Amino acid sequence: MSLEDLKQIPFGKTVIELKNISLAFGGVKALTDVSFDVKKGEVFAIIGPNGAGKSSMLNVINGFYKPTSGAINFAGTDRNEMEPELAAKSGIARTFQNIALFKGMSTLDNLMTGRLLKQKQNFLMQALYFGPVAKEEEEHRERVERVIDFLDLQSIRRTPVGSLPYGLQKRVELGRALAMEPEILLLDEPMAGMNVEEKQDMSRFVLTVNNELKTTIVLIEHDMGVVMDISDRIVVLDYGKKIGSGLPKEIRNNKTVIDAYLGVSDD
Amino acid sequence: MIYKETGQYKSSYKSDHAIFPLLQDKIAFSTLMFIAFLIIPFVINSYWEKAILVPFLIFSLAAIGLNILTGYCGQVSLGTGGFMAVGAFSTYKIMTYFPDMNIMIIILISGLITAAVGIIFGLPSLRIKGFYLAVATLASQFFLVWLFNKVPWFYNYSDTGQITVSERTMFGIPVTGAEAPSYATYLFCLVLVVTLSFAAKNLIRSKMGRSWMAIRDMDIAAEIIGVPPLKTKLSAFAISSFYIGVAGALYFAVFLGAIEVTESFDIMTISFPVLFMIIIGGLGSMLGSFLGAAFVVTLPIGLKFLMVDMVGLSAVTAKHFEITIWGLLMIVFLIVEPHGLARLWSIAKEKLRRWPFPY
Ligand SMILES: Nc1ncnc2c1ncn2[C@@H]1O[C@H](COP(=O)(O)OP(=O)(O)OP(=O)(O)O)[C@@H](O)[C@H]1O
Ligand SMILES: [Mg+2]
Repeated sequence: MSLEDLKQIPFGKTVIELKNISLAFGGVKALTDVSFDVKKGEVFAIIGPNGAGKSSMLNVINGFYKPTSGAINFAGTDRNEMEPELAAKSGIARTFQNIALFKGMSTLDNLMTGRLLKQKQNFLMQALYFGPVAKEEEEHRERVERVIDFLDLQSIRRTPVGSLPYGLQKRVELGRALAMEPEILLLDEPMAGMNVEEKQDMSRFVLTVNNELKTTIVLIEHDMGVVMDISDRIVVLDYGKKIGSGLPKEIRNNKTVIDAYLGVSDD
Repeated sequence: MIYKETGQYKSSYKSDHAIFPLLQDKIAFSTLMFIAFLIIPFVINSYWEKAILVPFLIFSLAAIGLNILTGYCGQVSLGTGGFMAVGAFSTYKIMTYFPDMNIMIIILISGLITAAVGIIFGLPSLRIKGFYLAVATLASQFFLVWLFNKVPWFYNYSDTGQITVSERTMFGIPVTGAEAPSYATYLFCLVLVVTLSFAAKNLIRSKMGRSWMAIRDMDIAAEIIGVPPLKTKLSAFAISSFYIGVAGALYFAVFLGAIEVTESFDIMTISFPVLFMIIIGGLGSMLGSFLGAAFVVTLPIGLKFLMVDMVGLSAVTAKHFEITIWGLLMIVFLIVEPHGLARLWSIAKEKLRRWPFPY
């Protein structure tokens, strides 16, 4: 499995297949026998009430959690678990539910870290800052500046991200993931805690990335309006089990799903 | 508006990423280098050499080393004294076995040996963090000092356990030993410090530095963007130890000439003071390493002048006051300005930029 294998897969064909994934923390069953697949080029949403196991699912996909049983087929190769570093190298980028930025670094440096895997110069060359190093730095800086322009981050380029408001931090985190130029983007509640306007901006960014860069997107989101609007297919989890999957309009009319949501509608 | 950046537009990402992006900083730096290389060597005397300039240069190097590990990569270390001892004893042993080798090369090899030792003692950092790592590095400090004390091979079986440097020259001028002129030891250290500082700054502003800072700020997130935690932490240990090893080699060969390990590389005489330097100077700041070293080297001299020569206190009382003042300063800096003197400097620059307008 490699980035190349992933690139070869035609659009509309399966890139990630999760087979009977179960995950337990001691006695807590976070996931029980969940199966679904993600197709290349789609916006795939994972929804469900709090504690349903959505974030755990993303963590299984990029190797943060090791499933207790089940298999992951990624770009045609079966494996029992993923490794975070391997996932990054194979073109998977992600954002976290509770923002995982490098708080002491500026927006620009945070985005530049997204390029680290693609920087090849060794440390002696870096220490001398010879021609090829300067050139490489510049090349990556140019890529990063494109992301900065796309996400409108120009004015906070030099600001340490720890001091930015929540909504902007979410955007910078998306920027870092985009700087990796991923094939697959895993987004854990990218719009949580945002106002309507910020949500609209974020939806637009996600859709543009999907349409223009053809990036496959796996998204967790609580706002049903947004989910129904932007996703191609949806899987619904509840108490770690899959309770439904399909197109947005199928999900909207699915009895079990409605019940699950009504059951927790008071939150 | 002394620090005026108007009109200094960056037309390329390269100039924007330069070490000194502002013209004023470039001029200030060039002036400093001019004084350091072309004026001080002609006016330096033994007092300035031994009491201020050479220790300042050597401790700057040690501070840069510790700052790489602690300030940039977030791994606290109390083992600085032990690692400086590795540099010193490497130099001593290489001098014994290769009497004809050039002293500059000996010192750089000593740095490499210290780097290798640093990697070994850095291995626990994958499993333990923060306070617990500090305790582990403290153990390495005690172990190394104990080792150099207990194994006579390291000090060539001398009766006293002391090691003494022999005379070595650069371009025919002695830079080690009692005969070395002040300007020579000073210039020798200066060349090493300036070169290695540029190398450190370059590392920090490229891939390596960003990997260190990523690990420092959030190692989990670093892992998902493909920064390997173990390799990155060990690289910080290696490079940090290289700088500290070179500092230790200079401390022994060029500065003191003769040392006894328990005394010269003790935790109280080296490890803590160097940690003070980077906290007072500024964690994660190159400038801070220099400011911190300057501060820690000159404060005792200033205090002694004030308390003994001016006020007339006894030397012992003055020493007690000095220790108290250190403690107070640490607390003040940790609470009020955790980014150290380097931050105060950038605030001052910001004020100069706006001056004479308050807003
Ligand atoms: N590292 C962990 N250790 C122990 N339990 C965990 C861990 N991670 C998740 N869990 C548990 O697994 C279950 C699913 O959690 P998960 O975070 O995946 O839910 P979620 O669907 O993302 O919820 P939310 O909408 O609140 O983010 C919860 O009961 C949670 O407490
Ligand atoms: Mg979650």
